[in-house]
Amino acid sequence: MMTNHGNRITQGQFSFLPDLTDAQITKQLDYALKNGWAVGIEYTDDPHPRNTYWEMFGMPLFDVHDAAGILEAIRGCRQTFPNHYIKVNAFDSTRGRESLRLSFIVGRPKEEPGFSLVREEGAGRRVHYTVRAYVTDRPEGERY
Amino acid sequence: MNALSEPTPDSEAQAGDVNLDVVFRDSGVGEVLEGLDRELIGLAPVKSRIRDISALLLVDKLRHQVGLSSDAPTLHMCFTGNPGTGKTTVALRMAEILRHLGYVRKGHLVAVTRDDLVGQYIGHTAPKTREVLKRAMGGVLFIDEAYYLHRPENERDYGQEAIEILLQVMENQRDDLVVILAGYKDRMEQFFRSNPGLSSRIAHHIDFPDYSPAELFAIARLMLERMQYQLSPDAEVAFREYIERRSTQAHFANARSIRNGLDRARLRQASRLLGQRGVSLCRDDLMTIESADIRASRVFLDPPRTDSP
Repeated sequence: MMTNHGNRITQGQFSFLPDLTDAQITKQLDYALKNGWAVGIEYTDDPHPRNTYWEMFGMPLFDVHDAAGILEAIRGCRQTFPNHYIKVNAFDSTRGRESLRLSFIVGRPKEEPGFSLVREEGAGRRVHYTVRAYVTDRPEGERY
Repeated sequence: MNALSEPTPDSEAQAGDVNLDVVFRDSGVGEVLEGLDRELIGLAPVKSRIRDISALLLVDKLRHQVGLSSDAPTLHMCFTGNPGTGKTTVALRMAEILRHLGYVRKGHLVAVTRDDLVGQYIGHTAPKTREVLKRAMGGVLFIDEAYYLHRPENERDYGQEAIEILLQVMENQRDDLVVILAGYKDRMEQFFRSNPGLSSRIAHHIDFPDYSPAELFAIARLMLERMQYQLSPDAEVAFREYIERRSTQAHFANARSIRNGLDRARLRQASRLLGQRGVSLCRDDLMTIESADIRASRVFLDPPRTDSP
């Protein structure tokens, strides 16, 4: 994160690559649909790596059989939140698995200021380190 | 290329060399068309139009192979016809054919009516319609009784909003889905008169003719075969008469009425068999519908040409 050029956050799959094009996203979605995973779209403006619970953009797209329909929803989300992080999750409901099989970012704010390193001095001169996103100084919805 | 020579994978790869046979066989559309002929009785104009469309798509595929321009044609359709003439069945087949020809990716059919598209209050319609469109992507969207979308008596009806979204998607995402509208002929015409934009975006207006009594009987045969029943010779005569009488009565819905008639005959057959307990039954008894099962119908009680259902 902190050594990442341009401060691009790296969460989920493909996040070290340049942003996926719609055609590349379509291929990933096709793969998820082929395996019968439930695809959902989530967004947030809190980029902290431990922030695992993003807001859902509508319901997961259970009934959609084709990637074009999901891409349509992604476009809708980008339009509504042009300056948020948007990711696509594919959930595998197979018994025993029941977890995400696919999760990648499909939308980012235009500028990502990145994170600061916070040092907290504890008892006995021990130092605790943590990261803080610069944007979280401002309230939710006004961050990017 | 010599039509008699054995087509090999290599021969396809040669530039400027196309083989209609190979494309036709690979698409698997031949079997679907044959199935259409075998399982759908009558409907000659419908079948010929479907053949034309498949031919066009096949030729387009070939043109694409040799590098000629092949714009994806508009395939939005409108099916008009009386109830029970097979509009939904053909729409299902259409989805299958289009998938075989690679025109739609998934080939599923999403059947909706006004209720699924139009919302209850302001701002409800657009998300609802988009939701349905999303579901139909990669397949066929079948809108039954589409004329209900437009309510001329109500200026502020939300149906208009649904139509506008539909139009937009029909125009901009032609590759993603095929829209089929269905309904009675006269009301559909009225609907198109008030929405000229919709009519011009639909390339194929297909009219489903009513079935003749002979065709209806053939349909009944097919249905019975599928349900593993048979008619005794007497019952065949009775059922022909049943069709004659039923088709002159009110609320006649072509093939659907025939199916209902057969379902009721099965009920009567079952209770007849139950009534003769003690007699041992063989496989044939369980399969055969007797003339008495049919003649007990209300259709025979009423004199022809009355308004009772």
